[in-house]
Amino acid sequence: MNVPTNPVPVPADYATDQEVRWCPGCGDFAVLAQMKKVLAGLGAKRETTVFISGIGCASRFPYYLDTYGMHGIHGRAPAIATGLKRMRPELDVWVVTGDGDGLSIGVGHLIHALRRNVDIKVLLFNNRIYGLTKGQFSPTSTPGLVTRSTPFGSMLEPLNALTTALAANCSFVARAVDTQAETLGEVLRRAAAHKGSAFVEIYQNCHVFNDCTFDYAKDNKIRHDHVVELEHGKPLIFGIERDMGLRQVGFGLEVVGLGDGITEDDLVRHDESAATPALAQILAAMRHPQMPEAIGVLRAVQRPTQNELMARGDGPGLHPTNDDLAELLRGKDSWVVE
Amino acid sequence: MPTVTEDKATATAKPVSERRSVVVRFCGDSGDGMQLAGSQLTQTSAFAGNDIATFPDFPAEIRAPRGSLAGVSGFQVHFAADTVLTPGDAVDALVAMNPAALKENLHWLKPGQTLIVDDDAFDARGLRQAGYAANPLDDGALASWNVLRAPVTTLTKAAVAPTGLGRKQSEQCRNFFTLGLVYWLYGRDLQPTLDFIKRKFKDEVAEAARLALHAGWSYGETTEALERSYIVPRAKLAPGRYRNVTGNEALSLGLIAAARLSAKTLFYCAYPITPASDILHFLSRNRAHGVRTFQAEDEIAAISACIGAAFGGAMAVTGSSGPGLALKAEGLGLAVMLELPLVVIDVQRGGPSTGLPTKVEQTDLLQVMFGRSGEAPMPVLAASGPGDCFNTVIEAWCIATRLMTPVIVLSDAFVANGSEPWRVPEMAELALIPVKHPTAPAGDEPFLPYARDDLLARPWAVPGTPGLEHRIGGLEKTDGTGAISYDPLNHQHMVNVRAQKVANAATLIPPLTVEGPETGDVLVLAWGGTMGACREATIRARAAGLSVAHAHLRHLNPMPANLGAVLGRYGKVLMPELNTGQLAMLIRARFGVDVVQLNKVQGRPFTVDELLQAIQALCAPAETAEVTP
Repeated sequence: MNVPTNPVPVPADYATDQEVRWCPGCGDFAVLAQMKKVLAGLGAKRETTVFISGIGCASRFPYYLDTYGMHGIHGRAPAIATGLKRMRPELDVWVVTGDGDGLSIGVGHLIHALRRNVDIKVLLFNNRIYGLTKGQFSPTSTPGLVTRSTPFGSMLEPLNALTTALAANCSFVARAVDTQAETLGEVLRRAAAHKGSAFVEIYQNCHVFNDCTFDYAKDNKIRHDHVVELEHGKPLIFGIERDMGLRQVGFGLEVVGLGDGITEDDLVRHDESAATPALAQILAAMRHPQMPEAIGVLRAVQRPTQNELMARGDGPGLHPTNDDLAELLRGKDSWVVE
Repeated sequence: MPTVTEDKATATAKPVSERRSVVVRFCGDSGDGMQLAGSQLTQTSAFAGNDIATFPDFPAEIRAPRGSLAGVSGFQVHFAADTVLTPGDAVDALVAMNPAALKENLHWLKPGQTLIVDDDAFDARGLRQAGYAANPLDDGALASWNVLRAPVTTLTKAAVAPTGLGRKQSEQCRNFFTLGLVYWLYGRDLQPTLDFIKRKFKDEVAEAARLALHAGWSYGETTEALERSYIVPRAKLAPGRYRNVTGNEALSLGLIAAARLSAKTLFYCAYPITPASDILHFLSRNRAHGVRTFQAEDEIAAISACIGAAFGGAMAVTGSSGPGLALKAEGLGLAVMLELPLVVIDVQRGGPSTGLPTKVEQTDLLQVMFGRSGEAPMPVLAASGPGDCFNTVIEAWCIATRLMTPVIVLSDAFVANGSEPWRVPEMAELALIPVKHPTAPAGDEPFLPYARDDLLARPWAVPGTPGLEHRIGGLEKTDGTGAISYDPLNHQHMVNVRAQKVANAATLIPPLTVEGPETGDVLVLAWGGTMGACREATIRARAAGLSVAHAHLRHLNPMPANLGAVLGRYGKVLMPELNTGQLAMLIRARFGVDVVQLNKVQGRPFTVDELLQAIQALCAPAETAEVTP
């Protein structure tokens, strides 16, 4: 991160004068508020921070942050950000996208930005619906969801954002919930600090077109029975009474009750930096209601970034000298006409 | 066969005649090394001081079935003691490595001229694959040409035998044998190719190539079928340093130069596509020259990454062909809306869809002019030949940065793959390109990302600049502040501003010049890669007494300010285009004048003869001047 020399910033320093145009009650407000807090906490310089988005409700995000920003075209934000980061590695580049933008029309760009380890931070607001186009099913809509374009219920298998990111060998993969400020803030801070491409899926409620889809993960009264909050090196325990855990069975995990001879030592311990993404894939694939869903950092490993890898062929100076250029123009097989 | 062991200049003992101009075409299987033979003859003739134009003509298939008609690859070289404007309508020497190559190319050969064939390849299998019922070498079909039946395969194998190479590798030296034979026929020095062989190959392969080249030369000297050889004297080129360039090479060099001249880092981002990929290859090899290349996951990512890089202050360039441009359309619309400088190259090929990927057409003009949603005008320039690509992309970058706009550069497969001697500019001849980035304003005045200068360009403020933080996007914005606006009158205003800004490019471009009489019967008005053929045809027409001038448009949007006046000075306007009349449609719409179209969409360039006939037909019927092609 670029750290400023001016006095300690506060969240309001990152606000623009633009009227925020999300529907009242939208989960996006909570993420925006948290983002400003995280930027202030990190002391992020406004001039070296860039937010790039595609199209959709989430993609209005850059207009509301007083940094550099670009509201792009549908699905292409990861590609736009890739070009910017390739040429300006010193900038902190964030991508804000949604489930339609990032996992439908733009999924090709998303996968490649992640596998290239461009060193951009991708926030995917997943509300399992198209909001800005007024309520069609999205690639993450749950089967059976009745929408304007699925009057008989969505029939198709949804795409899992996290298993997709892991399949692209993304070096940082996490999940958070819009209104769970503490974990969201922590995940955003860790994504910002990660060297390499980071991918954060944020469960975000669209109370207009797909209300309550994440209640199991948001409602403080019940959520601890339906999500497992990951801590590196700690056993996978969940439940309001913290009386349930995840134990290895075959190549997967099963839910077990603690007690009756089952102890924490029988549970799988989370390892976000494991040699392979196998555990992260299993955690990412866990789906409510059969399994608790994983919240927090699933994977965080170091591998060379795009700019580090490309540096090998890049020349030392950005600008060749006139002599270099003259030699290049002449080529190897020139001749002189007197 | 004499065995030549020393690389020394060899002199013929046979009679030698002079010719002013020669066109040679090598053709064979796409694996026969015809492109290599052609480019070697090109380079050697350039060193010999000739003016040159080339026309590589190859199939889309990498390796079609051996000996098949679909797999025939050709390379035509025109070298002369006078100015060369085209690769030549017809050829003086045709080298056909097999029956399929003969069948596909015999129509190019001028009557009475030299046909060199590999006699060994005209076996039953080869003839069957080419669809010959009888051997054309035996049945009198070739009586009107001077046929040299050389057992190329046999002689090549014998020549390279001392190297111990296997049959397949030995046979792969056939192209060097025929090249040596052609070098004998036109008195060419073997040395440049011997040097090339040393650089390119190693050990016994290099030795075999060397032996085959010499053997071909010696065969020319000894065979009784060739009575004499020819020399083509040096051409009078303007003094200076020259090199051969293809259009794609000159274009790449132009991009690197433009980056240097504007003190920018070049970011070239592309997805592989014929015939533009060579630009990506060239620039990737030259990353040490301050170039960053990025092979994107698709065409859309390529334009998108360029938009990101341009936002960051880089010289961002993407290149593609027609199908790729179609995919980039939405991104181009965003670039127009954001008002960021970009250069977008379209190396046109035969379409629609996959079409004729390796062949030439000028069918993307209307696509690049109008192929975007909404009112999204963009400057459009077209390169007229291989060397001209250099200046065209430099000019495109000047316009892009001066006006803060994406600029299209049109090339085509003929320009991109063809080559010609190019006078290498001295550094002092290249003008610097001033590019400014604003810094934070003094005091509290807010930064206006869409403030306008005298030509309506907005400031190029780049991330990293304190105090200039701003957001840009595809939504309509208020002029000045850039804040989102759905106001009807503001939208009208912004559409007008963006259009006027592009129109203002007319103040940056020179007036259209005319070659030939200032007024007259016919003006040939053309654009892009048809330059050489149009110039040659109009020169010949004038030599035959016709009143014909030629004007060639580099600036297709906006057009030069004097174009309307130029059109009014001629009785008729002939517009040759390798499409069905795209520029003609624009000229009619813009100037309300009628024009005569001459259109061809065969994947081939115009011949000079086709243009001459059209010019003749347009000139007053009373004029019956003889035109000698």
